Amino acid sequence: MLNLLSIITFTPAIAAAILAFFLRGEDEAAQANAKWVALVATLATFAASLILLIGFDPQDTDFQFVEEHDWIMGFTYKMGVDGISILFVMLTTALMPITIGACWNVTHRVKEYMIAFLLLETLMIGVFTALDLVLFYLFFEAGLIPMFLIIGIWGGKERIYAAFKFFLYTFLGSVLMLVAMIAMYVDAGTTDIPTLLQHQFSTETFSLMGWQVIGGMQTLLWLAFFASFAVKMPMWPVHTWLPDAHVQAPTAGSVILAAVLLKMGGYGFLRFSLPMFPVASDIFAPMVLWLSAIAIVYTSLVALMQEDMKKLIAYSSVAHMGFVTMGIFAANQQGLDGAIFQMISHGFISGALFLAVGVIYDRMHTREIVAYGGLINRMPVYAAIFLLFTMANVGLPGTSGFVGEFLTFMAVFQVNTWVALFAATGVILSAGYALWLFRRVVMGELIKESLKSIKDMDRREKTLMAPLVVMTLLLGVYPALVTDIIGPSVSALVDGHTLALQAHEAASQLAQN
Amino acid sequence: MIAADLYTALPEIVLAVYAMAALMVGVYGGKDTLAEPIVWATAGLMLLLALFVGAKGLDVVTAFNGMYIADAFAHFSKMIILVSAAVVMVMGQGYMAARGLLRFEYPILIALSVVGMMLMVSAGDLIALYMGLELQSLALYVVATMNRDSTRSTEAGLKYFILGALASGLLLYGASLTYGYAGTTLFAGIISTISEDGMSIGLLMGLAFMLAGLAFKVSAVPFHMWTPDVYEGAPTPVTAFFSTAPKVAAMALIARLVHEAFGVVPGDWTQIIAFLAVASMFVGAIAAIGQRDIKRLMAYSSISHMGFALVGLAAGTAQGVQGMLVYMAIYVTMNIGVFAFILTMSRDGKAVTDIGSLRQYSKAEPLRALALLVLMFSLAGVPPLVGFFGKFYVLWAAVNAGLTWLAVAGVVASVIGAFYYLRIVYYMYFGDEIEPLDRVRAPVQATLLIASAAIMVLGVINLFGIEGLAALAADALVK
Repeated sequence: MLNLLSIITFTPAIAAAILAFFLRGEDEAAQANAKWVALVATLATFAASLILLIGFDPQDTDFQFVEEHDWIMGFTYKMGVDGISILFVMLTTALMPITIGACWNVTHRVKEYMIAFLLLETLMIGVFTALDLVLFYLFFEAGLIPMFLIIGIWGGKERIYAAFKFFLYTFLGSVLMLVAMIAMYVDAGTTDIPTLLQHQFSTETFSLMGWQVIGGMQTLLWLAFFASFAVKMPMWPVHTWLPDAHVQAPTAGSVILAAVLLKMGGYGFLRFSLPMFPVASDIFAPMVLWLSAIAIVYTSLVALMQEDMKKLIAYSSVAHMGFVTMGIFAANQQGLDGAIFQMISHGFISGALFLAVGVIYDRMHTREIVAYGGLINRMPVYAAIFLLFTMANVGLPGTSGFVGEFLTFMAVFQVNTWVALFAATGVILSAGYALWLFRRVVMGELIKESLKSIKDMDRREKTLMAPLVVMTLLLGVYPALVTDIIGPSVSALVDGHTLALQAHEAASQLAQN
Repeated sequence: MIAADLYTALPEIVLAVYAMAALMVGVYGGKDTLAEPIVWATAGLMLLLALFVGAKGLDVVTAFNGMYIADAFAHFSKMIILVSAAVVMVMGQGYMAARGLLRFEYPILIALSVVGMMLMVSAGDLIALYMGLELQSLALYVVATMNRDSTRSTEAGLKYFILGALASGLLLYGASLTYGYAGTTLFAGIISTISEDGMSIGLLMGLAFMLAGLAFKVSAVPFHMWTPDVYEGAPTPVTAFFSTAPKVAAMALIARLVHEAFGVVPGDWTQIIAFLAVASMFVGAIAAIGQRDIKRLMAYSSISHMGFALVGLAAGTAQGVQGMLVYMAIYVTMNIGVFAFILTMSRDGKAVTDIGSLRQYSKAEPLRALALLVLMFSLAGVPPLVGFFGKFYVLWAAVNAGLTWLAVAGVVASVIGAFYYLRIVYYMYFGDEIEPLDRVRAPVQATLLIASAAIMVLGVINLFGIEGLAALAADALVK
């Protein structure tokens, strides 16, 4: 299976092409066919990715399943996975069938909808498997096109504003990264990521328009990459596109946006910023840590006051991504383990929460919190599931949410106690908004006339939720499932980072003497 | 000797003789009833000449004492010019015929302007440069007024003529200064004077005036004022032509002039070109935001794209020229696709150009809408579409030449520019429904539209090998 990664990456795209060229008609049968083709394709991709996981050797910290072909301009088509990326591939392939299932009730332009999601899956997997800078950028940016269309065509009332904001905001972030990538290509003479990971980018201070740039080229490159990943992540204060995009996106779009697209930012930090620009990362680490802490507290406070359920969960996503950036830039084993764990777990939890909102939105066509109340009386199963994910979102021990938060706190406590202390208050706030949401939507008496005939989750909805419930609990009680796979690669990354910093320290000592 | 010279310039001679012969046939034959066969014959001849030019080797051959240069750079540019002119002419034929504009002079004038363009890219001398440029421009002034009963079309032609004459004046003034200070009009002579005696202030003035005149031809800011009006006023097939082949010719001419005549003092002209590039990218991107007319929008879009192509030239390296050539080839392909689509836009049989009329076009014509969507994202430079690689090339050349600030300005402008391309997608896919556009059966246009979009998608594999050809062409120019 030499081309396994290409097969996994392009299976959805091939299915999309089949839909585009061979499926005709807009009637119900054609719509059902489109959905089934998409579901089968995503399930097949998931099955193929399981083969990848089985064949993966966690102890080997090099890239595995590597494929390489020549491409234009001296770039290569190079794919591969290591301990850091493989779980993101798994997360994507695992969530896509659920996402397709979540749009089973869509009747507007079904074929195009399925094509957009299938293309998006190809592009998302490509981001995590690409081992060439330009190939990575290609996948990273191209994902904007289907997501722009998903929000714009199938979104809510303010969808056009949200779609444009989403596109232009993230586009602006990433074009700066493009210039940085070109500069890296010019400096290192290659776009091969494994080679670039070994390349030392200059850290010599130089002056630019009267400013002394400490950390030199690394600092500028780091900032350019930061512009892209911080927007994608999203970090406070460049997070404002996310609530708009989430609120206006259709349920399936929100699920994929929260569960996978946001992780591209975190993955970028892990793959590029930290290992390639260690000195600059060290210089900026305090800033990122404080931005993360502010994000955790500030967006939790904002979430507290939301009246729209999706917006509330969107803000809570920003807060949870704050833990991720905090963990990454603590730059120790626990921090990186925790950050990756948090991203995987947030993929399942936020996906489930958006699905849960979708369940009642499909019934009542409103996301206003005040329109609900007392759902437990008519929807016991829904109440139980929603409670589980609310608790997971808060970070209750026993759920996967706890592990990630705990590890990142432990990591950041060793680096900067004040940040840890400040961020910890965010945990209390997150319990506040999550439980309050649950209280207002699910608990209490069922007094609203409109809710009197609401039905509990049907079999399809339960089937979609089941794997998410299992994963949340399983990762909560047995986190080694994740940490065993990522551990060796993470520790190699941390060692490399520490060594690079020591070398830099020694060099600058030498220069001073 | 003269036989060898004539043989070297054979493509131009054949096309010029053909144009005159066709004129005779047209005048004494059936006048406008012959227009259609002449269009096909001209297009066929151009494609044949493109093959002929393309089959020439990599040797640099000069003719007429260095006034005419046939090298890989000229061949590459000529191929783009010939193929795009042929395609655009065939593409617009139906539109012209339906509106009674298809006169037999049309293909002949196009052929003459193509002769001018071919001379431009092969020019090795200031006189040859000016002759080619004027032949091209004069033919285009007339073509712009093809719809002589329309005030807008005649206004466009007149505007183009007056401003074009001004630009020619600037160019001529610059050329005379250069001649005065260098003592020769040959590029090879100018460059040897500079490398012996250094760059005098007179030569610098000459260079600046010549660049100003040429900037007018590529509609680079601040010499772009004519573009939107002429694009809007001229009949759409003519606009399509304006936005493709002449742009390639003028861009190639700038490259030829700065490298062959002033190549030893890159510092003196890269600044000017970098300024033109930045101004064009930003003005093109910002001014297009307010446009409601798709032809005006494409005018600003082409201003912005010329800015990007100039980024490549501003690098002042072989890589930059290569990037510029790749960029122009991609740009021409995209523009042919978009204009093929604009030609089919009509309601109740009348051509419309308001972008609002595209609302929910994707429901009526899903395939064409998808193709236009691909082209819009490609024009915006979003990967993985080929338009991105064009931008990547020129930005790479700029960064490699130490012009990182120019690359940063370029990408910021591309984000601003993305807005109006996205708006067309928005109208087609998200807009409210209105009275739809006519469902036009336009096989030629639809094929070109879809082919152009397919190239934008499939080109990601290897850019159809254009990169290697452009590299050879650039190496021929930059020693």
